[in-house]
Amino acid sequence: MLQIECPWCGARDQEEFQYGGEAHIVRPENPDSLTDAHWADYLFNRTNVKGVHAEQWCHAAGCRRWFNVLRDTMSYKILAAYRPGEQPPGSEE
Amino acid sequence: MTSARRLQSGGLVDRSRRIRFKFNGRDYFGHPGDTLASALLAQGVRLFGRSFKYHRRRGVVGAGAEEPNALVQVGEGAYSTPNLKATQVELYDGLTARTVNGWPSLAFDIGAINNRLSRLLPAGFYYKTFMWPKSAWMRYEHHIRHAAGLGRTPSLPDPDQYDKRHAHCDVLVVGAGPTGLIAALGAARSGARVMMVDEQSQLGGSLLSAPAVIGGQAGLDWAGEVEAELRALPEVTILSRSTVTGYYDHNFLSVNERRTDHLGPAQSDTPGSRERLWRIRAKQVVLATGAIERPLVFDGNDTPGVMLASAVSTYIHRYAVAPGRSGVVFTNNDSGYQAAIDMSNAGMEVRAVVDVRMTAGADVAKTVADMGIPVYLGYVVPSVQSGLQGLKRIEMAKLSADGRAILSHKGLVDCQVLAVSGGWSPVVHLHSQSGGRPCYRESQACFVPGTSVQDERSAGACAGSFSLAACLQEGADAGVSAAAQSGWPGGYVDIPVAVERDEAPLQPLWEVPAGALAGDRVKKFLDFQNDTTASDIRLAAREGYRSIEHVKRYTALGFGTDQGKLGNINGLAILAETLGKSPGEVGTTTFRPNYTPVTFGTVAGRALGEQLFDPVRKTAIHAWHVRRGAMFENVGQWKRPWFYPREGEEMHAAVNRECLATRSSVGVLDASTLGKIDIRGPDASRFLNLLYTNNWDNLQPGRCRYGFMLGEDGMVMDDGVTTCIASDHYLMTTTTGGAAAVMSWMERWLQTEWPELKVYLTSVTDHWSVMSVAGPNARAVIKTAGCDRNLDAEAFPFMSMQSGEVAGIPARISRISFSGESAFEISVDANQGLALWEAIMTAGRDYDITPYGTEAMHVLRAEKGYVIVGQDTDGSVTPVDLGMDWIVSKKKDFIGKRSLSRSDTDRPNRKQLVGLKTQDPSRVLPEGAQLVNTPQAERPVPMVGHVSSSYYSAHLGHSIALALVKGGLSRMGGTIYAHLMDGSVVPATICSPIFFDPENERTKS
Repeated sequence: MLQIECPWCGARDQEEFQYGGEAHIVRPENPDSLTDAHWADYLFNRTNVKGVHAEQWCHAAGCRRWFNVLRDTMSYKILAAYRPGEQPPGSEE
Repeated sequence: MTSARRLQSGGLVDRSRRIRFKFNGRDYFGHPGDTLASALLAQGVRLFGRSFKYHRRRGVVGAGAEEPNALVQVGEGAYSTPNLKATQVELYDGLTARTVNGWPSLAFDIGAINNRLSRLLPAGFYYKTFMWPKSAWMRYEHHIRHAAGLGRTPSLPDPDQYDKRHAHCDVLVVGAGPTGLIAALGAARSGARVMMVDEQSQLGGSLLSAPAVIGGQAGLDWAGEVEAELRALPEVTILSRSTVTGYYDHNFLSVNERRTDHLGPAQSDTPGSRERLWRIRAKQVVLATGAIERPLVFDGNDTPGVMLASAVSTYIHRYAVAPGRSGVVFTNNDSGYQAAIDMSNAGMEVRAVVDVRMTAGADVAKTVADMGIPVYLGYVVPSVQSGLQGLKRIEMAKLSADGRAILSHKGLVDCQVLAVSGGWSPVVHLHSQSGGRPCYRESQACFVPGTSVQDERSAGACAGSFSLAACLQEGADAGVSAAAQSGWPGGYVDIPVAVERDEAPLQPLWEVPAGALAGDRVKKFLDFQNDTTASDIRLAAREGYRSIEHVKRYTALGFGTDQGKLGNINGLAILAETLGKSPGEVGTTTFRPNYTPVTFGTVAGRALGEQLFDPVRKTAIHAWHVRRGAMFENVGQWKRPWFYPREGEEMHAAVNRECLATRSSVGVLDASTLGKIDIRGPDASRFLNLLYTNNWDNLQPGRCRYGFMLGEDGMVMDDGVTTCIASDHYLMTTTTGGAAAVMSWMERWLQTEWPELKVYLTSVTDHWSVMSVAGPNARAVIKTAGCDRNLDAEAFPFMSMQSGEVAGIPARISRISFSGESAFEISVDANQGLALWEAIMTAGRDYDITPYGTEAMHVLRAEKGYVIVGQDTDGSVTPVDLGMDWIVSKKKDFIGKRSLSRSDTDRPNRKQLVGLKTQDPSRVLPEGAQLVNTPQAERPVPMVGHVSSSYYSAHLGHSIALALVKGGLSRMGGTIYAHLMDGSVVPATICSPIFFDPENERTKS
């Protein structure tokens, strides 16, 4: 069971959290102006990373806040946890 | 009753007290400190069970968790536990145990015929033979399982309690042998919080089984001193009779603590639980799990009396039991010699040490020679002879230099015990579970831990260091460094001196060639519990199996309750030899939790029954429903009244009565379970515009609106009525089952996508009791109950809400209808719910007010063509498919809007919601019935839809159904056919889904 660092509550067991899939997918401003392919890309296509993956988690049985986590999908090591709207540590601004 | 094999002195048993127990119905006794196995061996019992497939006689092989043969069912009735290892069962007064295999009796087992037929029962026999015809497997399986039988599941509820504890520590030490003890001491002296977990009743590990001198004192005395110091430290926790069963991600380990099994069942003076599941998060882990000796593979190596050399030593030293009068040692390494020394010291006649190697370690060779025990170097035991009670004599033969052939025969040697040692297998299970990959060490012919993936390190025998001096050194280093890495640098421990022996290396011999005594039924066993033999592995290789994982599944190698702790290494080495590879290239099978079996009770803990496994939610009016004799249905976690049968009334009669009463006079429904979310903030209406398909800008305070919520994929996710209470305050209702998901959905969008919106959400589902009073007399009933509002349709129109009082109780009154009737939904503080319900029932007496349940609610709403999300939709249905484009705004954006114009959601032939009338009006279609276009159809039949809701409408006098049909909206008046499971075909006419009052005259009245 993973131990996840909630940015508000600290380290807690995975069973308190809900997984939310890939992070940093921004809802398009004007969906109506998109082609089917572009909309499908937003809706369905995910990166399926082998290695460091930015993903969303919610502290569902705790403070109920969503946040982002950098997790290695091979080793399951968690490299960082950061708040929504923040960029992943180490990324280019 | 004698104890013929019990030694007069020594051991860790208390001879002053006798413990009586029964084994297979016979009386025996043992002493405190005994296991079931040691007490039985002490009284001369050699036969402990029958094997799984061939039903061969089997005796004790080991002395601990690795035991494959001596499986017993312990206790009676509800306290009965199957498949315990006799080598681990501690004695208590009145214990009863039975062997789990052997029918009708252990001595005479009908299934032993399989042994004679064994040439017909190769690996994969069951797969190959009983799978045809396919349908017959169900019939065969019962008999095969009965014949195979491994214990009986108790059929009574478990009377014991189980619990769970969570713990955090800096250093977790697994194993309390010399390595674990010194590691724990080194770590604990730093001040770190240390937990040490050990499987056995007493700390000491291998020190319990063999004489050792540590720092000039007896090994167990040293262990006692370490234990005393550890117990005096406040941050140290020691768990005995506790097994680390699993090593999971992020250093999370599970421990099964057996708290009362050694005391026997129903210990009324023992408070608390029988077993406890510890869930431990450790900063650092030291694995000191030791090693398990492995058997040698020769013809008849499963004969009772053939035991692991280390087990022989354990029985002599720890339990003061000599397992026979005479013994022989067969080994390929130095450690086997210890059994010869121990047997001789215990007064057994040791007839020979048979050593595969040409050279033995100088120290052990000298000791054995001094004792006058003959040693045969370069010899093997290719076969044995046995009688009804087990081993009688062994064959000795000279091995060729390449180990593949017998050169000459030395003859037979009488003996009751053959102590075998094929070397040691480090217990790498937890390292492997943690993500590490064990790698093969050629010099010791064993797998040792590879690179650590998590914060763990292995020390001592489980890391392939088998000498006591190395164990102490590695344990001390591991403990001190683990503490330091967990933030406690001050650990220290002096390493006491232990005698180092001059050792000669082990010589691997994975399979002994067959000898002169070999008949045509040579059987060299690898997995004793599943009767997997060396020839089974070769057969699998011949048939094309290459991966050890596949060979394991084909031959059942390591499938037993012992999980291959003894035999897997021999099996994979023989596979490697057959394939011309090294054992390292073949690799191990995957080690998975649990290390040893765990009871279901431990896993469940206290999460049992309705209260703790899955909570039951009841409305404030629940007690009234129960008194009224309601039948309930589960909706999510809620109990909802399904229907209220009168005495002797069938369900359909009750539902018809409830529907007719509502349509003709007045009915009342407990609607409290609908999800309710309080939405506040200046951006509330903007947020509703994004969530719902329709427009919320112009909804005035006091007005209600129905809405559809879609997923971003355009599919209907939830629906409900939302009421505007003020311009910055709304109350949303959701489906009963969808409430939590909708709340999460809304929170997520607010937090991750639109954090700039000022909107605050509160779940208020349980705050309100809600009842729907519906029917032509609804208004009259509420007036009778007493209401301070003008309820007339002009003053209080459909889809509006007013605050007021009903029967003197402050209430929100809404004109909302899910029944198609003139209806009033009254919401009050949940504490007042029952009072209001009773007031309404009293007021309605003159109108024959009828409480109705969810079934009548379903019929009433289906008559109106109102969908139920999750019943008439299934995650692939858009609002357009439901014929409800009117609710979809073209002007604004909302979640899922763009998906409604995707090529797939836009195509004409999608499944669409329609009504169905069966041509025989009394025929009610089953929900889920598949619909096709023709009465007689050639296979394959193209399916064009399915029935989603179906009822008999007593009010309309015919059956009604809702269905999703391809292109259904353009097929009004057409005929469609339901093909049912019983072969019948029911024709139905496609119609509008609104069967009743399409103009909504009733709802508005």
